[in-house]
Amino acid sequence: MNTPYRFRPGQILAHVILLFLAFLFLFPFYVMIVTSVRSPQELFVPQFRWLPQQFTGLQYYIQALTEIPALTFLKNGVIVSGGILLVQLLTAIPCAYALAKFQFRGRDLLFALVLFSLTVPIQAPALPLFLGLNAIGAIDSYFAAMAPFFLSVFAIFLFRQTFRSYPDEIIQAARLDGMPEWAILWTVVVPGCLPSVAAFSVFSVTAHWNDLYWPMVVIRSTDLMTPPLGLSFFADSESGANYGALMATATILTAPLMLGFLLAQRHFVRGITMTGVK
Amino acid sequence: MTAAIELRNISKSFGETQTLRDVSLSIRPGEFISLVGPSGCGKSTLLRILAGLAPQSGGTVSIDGAGVDHLPPSGRDIAMVFQSYALYPHMTVGQNIATPLRMRQLSAAARLPLVGRLWPGQSVSRARIGQAVAQAARLVEIEAMLDRKPAALSGGQRQRVALARAIVRRPRVFLMDEPLSNLDARLRVTMRAEIAALHRRLGATFVYVTHDQVEAMTMSDRVAVMMDGEIVQCAAPTQLYDNPRDLRVARFIGTPEIATISSDELIAANQGFAPILPRDPAIAAFRPESVSLAPAPEHLQLPATLERVEQLGHEILVFLRLAGGARLTARAVAGQVPISPAGQRLDLWLPRRTPMLFDASGARMDKAPQHELAHAG
Repeated sequence: MNTPYRFRPGQILAHVILLFLAFLFLFPFYVMIVTSVRSPQELFVPQFRWLPQQFTGLQYYIQALTEIPALTFLKNGVIVSGGILLVQLLTAIPCAYALAKFQFRGRDLLFALVLFSLTVPIQAPALPLFLGLNAIGAIDSYFAAMAPFFLSVFAIFLFRQTFRSYPDEIIQAARLDGMPEWAILWTVVVPGCLPSVAAFSVFSVTAHWNDLYWPMVVIRSTDLMTPPLGLSFFADSESGANYGALMATATILTAPLMLGFLLAQRHFVRGITMTGVK
Repeated sequence: MTAAIELRNISKSFGETQTLRDVSLSIRPGEFISLVGPSGCGKSTLLRILAGLAPQSGGTVSIDGAGVDHLPPSGRDIAMVFQSYALYPHMTVGQNIATPLRMRQLSAAARLPLVGRLWPGQSVSRARIGQAVAQAARLVEIEAMLDRKPAALSGGQRQRVALARAIVRRPRVFLMDEPLSNLDARLRVTMRAEIAALHRRLGATFVYVTHDQVEAMTMSDRVAVMMDGEIVQCAAPTQLYDNPRDLRVARFIGTPEIATISSDELIAANQGFAPILPRDPAIAAFRPESVSLAPAPEHLQLPATLERVEQLGHEILVFLRLAGGARLTARAVAGQVPISPAGQRLDLWLPRRTPMLFDASGARMDKAPQHELAHAG
């Protein structure tokens, strides 16, 4: 006889708290989506309604794509965060590999510098960076939006921790098999550490997709605006009162991240738990 | 296909600690030699230096008379099997075995993922690699698993894959670093025989590192016993057992451990030992099979007490203690010795001839031991 499964009071309480927190996090998204499919007047009536009184269908979405350059923002977001991620991986992975697996003079000092850099926020060197980019005439370009993030100390730190736990014997076997060191790194070690790479990619892409601060500093032209910058730009100016179109744009701009995270979720969680970071 | 190896005055230190001191060893072409010793004796370090995976602090390594110190591991024409097998986890078994050949026979462009296949002039090489992989897989009986990932294999199967990856490119020298220590006891015995058979079939030089003296004794042509960063003795297994040069070797080789008694205690127990033992104090050592529990001709009787008995099925081990406190072990056929309770008096007999003798530092002193010198030239 199996006794039927019952929730204990503690478990019920835990679930109530979790449900409440989930609601707290999801509610803004719900408002965003529901506002994008109803008339803006409904936002300003005293009582909140869960469903649109007046369903506007895809009207605001069409507006978002035609009147607000949502697709341009999307494209810029992909270029900037994708470009940052690519260069970050290309620089951080060899650096982390050297720090993790080679003995050389000054290695500990270098690693201490990496740890130290983790504590410096982007706001601190913002002015010199801006002046520097201005001096080479790169302001208001994709390059300006990406350059300060090309070297990620967080990535170096995360990958170093992962590579350290990669078995030395496999690397030695690869050396005996005649692989050059770069091939060992990119075709043996990195494929074995994909969960970490996925975890870092999610961190990096989320951070730079959502970043408002730096693009606001260096981007002027609408053509180059990243999603948050474009959104804030249009919220301020032309369609200030058109919440429907704004929310439709916001939905379009957050959708890729949500989809990406859902797809990479398993790897992401594994990568985080594996490296013991966070 | 086979090569001599010459290690000359190899030393290695990590900071203050010296793991290898002035180790010299010459290995004949086609020989199966084991490096055996307790953990931390430097045997794995020596193997890694030979492979080129770790630089030595001093000394030279040459293979077939040519110095290889300047060559990277891949340039030394050696293959290695690791304790953890070190298979590439994201590749299939077939790809694992093919890797050493791909690195040598395909150009860098042809090895590129996806587009590499389109590079011209590689079909012959690819076909040749495929054949070699199939042949190596057949040799270690894993043809059926070529498409699986290492994670889907058992420990013994992974071991075979690691062997196949080593033999596929027909190197002159095989290095094995405790390849059997992650396997269970039964499988270890089977694989022991298979590796020995592989050595006979390939005829290449094998250097085998293990901490298990049984493995070393059963598989090797010669065994080099290492202690504290030095090769204490390098000789054929029987030589090592019957004629150890050093007390540490005598103790390390053979189970149960060799028994040691001071010469004074032997003479105190039976005056008959006085003429056959030297005047200076010495340590006499007896293998279990030379200890007899029944009167025998040309033997001297010693009074002892029984400590315990271990039943091994076909034989029993009888652990005895002399009045002076020294312990001896006797090996006897099961059923031939009456089992008596511990603490019982039980006399033993030792042969009336000079036993193995060691001085206080552990060096052999009864005769110039006829060992093969580990040091060459």
